[in-house]
Amino acid sequence: MTTFNDSDPRMADERETTEGKVFTVQGNDWDELLHDLSSTPAQERIIVNMGPQHPSTHGVLRLILELDGETVTEARCGIGYLHTGIEKNMEFRTWTQGVTFVTRMDYLSPFFNETAYCLGVEKLLGITDQIPERANVIRVMMMELNRISSHLVCLATGGMELGALTAMTFGFRERELVLDVFEMITGLRMNHAYIRPGGLAQDLPEGAEQKVRELLKILPGRLKDTADLLVDNTIWKGRTVGVGTLDLAGCMALGITGPILRSTGLPHDLRKSQPYCGYENYDFEVPVQTSADAYGRFLIRIAEMGESMKIIAQCLDRLKPGPVMIEDKKIAWPAQLAHGADGTGNSFEHIRQIMGTSMEALIHHFKLVTEGFKVPAGQVYAAIESPRGELGVHLVSDGGTRPYRVHFRDPSFTNLQATAAMCEGAQIADVVAAVASIDPVMGGVDR
Amino acid sequence: MNGDTSGYGGLVVKSEPIAAADRPFGGAFDSIADAIEAAVPNHAQAITGIVIDRDQMTIQVKREHLVEVAQALRDDAALRFEMCLGVSGVHFPEQVGAELHAHYPLLSITHNRRVFLEVTAPDADPVIPSLISVYPTNDWHERETYDFFGIIFSGHPHLTRIQMPDDWMGHPQRKDYPLGGIPVEFKGAQIDPPDQRRSYNK
Repeated sequence: MTTFNDSDPRMADERETTEGKVFTVQGNDWDELLHDLSSTPAQERIIVNMGPQHPSTHGVLRLILELDGETVTEARCGIGYLHTGIEKNMEFRTWTQGVTFVTRMDYLSPFFNETAYCLGVEKLLGITDQIPERANVIRVMMMELNRISSHLVCLATGGMELGALTAMTFGFRERELVLDVFEMITGLRMNHAYIRPGGLAQDLPEGAEQKVRELLKILPGRLKDTADLLVDNTIWKGRTVGVGTLDLAGCMALGITGPILRSTGLPHDLRKSQPYCGYENYDFEVPVQTSADAYGRFLIRIAEMGESMKIIAQCLDRLKPGPVMIEDKKIAWPAQLAHGADGTGNSFEHIRQIMGTSMEALIHHFKLVTEGFKVPAGQVYAAIESPRGELGVHLVSDGGTRPYRVHFRDPSFTNLQATAAMCEGAQIADVVAAVASIDPVMGGVDR
Repeated sequence: MNGDTSGYGGLVVKSEPIAAADRPFGGAFDSIADAIEAAVPNHAQAITGIVIDRDQMTIQVKREHLVEVAQALRDDAALRFEMCLGVSGVHFPEQVGAELHAHYPLLSITHNRRVFLEVTAPDADPVIPSLISVYPTNDWHERETYDFFGIIFSGHPHLTRIQMPDDWMGHPQRKDYPLGGIPVEFKGAQIDPPDQRRSYNK
């Protein structure tokens, strides 16, 4: 039997189902709800739909919680609300255009998506060794800056979800400093498409190194403030210590990587174990905790931001003048960008050269931009350590100018599977803390 | 060909699949192969080939032996691939009898190395045994591959759609999935589906 709620057309209807009566709670209706509840026979088992539009679910995540009082007896996730078919779309774009898609997957760590994808394409092309040193150093620098900005959002939204609003304002304020650097270097705060197969879209602009150095002066103090605010905070510890625990065996079975795995004491980090982009040349530690809870993951993220700053400082020292795109003109993106009166575009000299003096250069430019380069047939899997764990890319080429199949093994997708293991048997309030400590980004989960 | 000499004519150069390698494979691959032969008693029936390409080792496994090979890869001390990084489907409509491929990346943290398992299934019988009993992490990954490719992972406890809506028809990442066109609000114009547009493809 269905009764429609005619007072507010936006509200879902309350109805009888085989499981019992369904109530819709929208806020400010407590008295009404109490009245309705008292008119139905007492029920012990309550199923609560939390999300997808819930401020504490870290994005459009739907949690289906079965409750006994305030204890969660079963927790299930509903995902797919941000699925945009990126993997399918990429099959109809060139290999270079793919970067523009992947950067939008996990929108908090765009440089990691771009790098993982480009490392895969470069592996398929067999040009991994030909990437210029300067491009690799800038890739590492951008990724580590990105790791800081991503961890700051994790702290900020995680703090907000647990009621620590100052952590939120601090986190987003500091993140904005990092995004300012991104904007200066790539032109955009997010969705950069800066790292390209073969190298980078363009070199660092003038003053970028100085700006990163300034950031490295400001950030340590700011991060210390955020850490001081929370590390010994009684309320913060009360909400996170011993919450959302998952031991090493659980992590292995569920394929969990990143800070969650390292909070069990295993120092597994692909930057150390299977280095890429020259990570073997940098001096940094892999922070580890043994508490395997939300508090341990928080401490790891704080420590990782410090290690990232160490790596960025080393990147600045290693930056030597040189090309940022592969020498092979059959792959290298032909743009010679310059800033003109009407914005950034191909430089006047480059246009004059290809339009006026070399028909072959013009044809080459046209073919490479419209048709793209061919990638020899085969399949590869490339993986990097993103802020959330192992970000893997499975690329299949049929020898054409477009990917035959692209699959992203996003760490958020896999880590979110731990929700049930972390939440069942705990209080409903701890679900929020546990999910925040997983730090899922739904854009990466759903792709 | 239709006389179109613009380069859009649809001339396709087919590339052959990469052939299975023979021993010696080089590097650590031989020791992995030795350990697999020791750990899987009927490896001759289970493993149809080993491809070494771009410094990666892909083991082609018959689908009926997948679980037992994965179990050995996980549990044998010389192999110890503790972690499975999910499953990725690929659809090759022209490979008659093996149209659907499932690609499983495995990682051994103990020995710090990777191998890949590849399993095929025909479109007519798109069934591959589920690896959940060996690697529980594959729960969502198999649901995703079912959702997008229609591969049925037999033994999966709740093989339902995960990304697409529950009532969705078809499996969108298959190559034969109709893409549709976008009607444009201009005198009944229509943009062709992406796979039928005039474009460079090869």
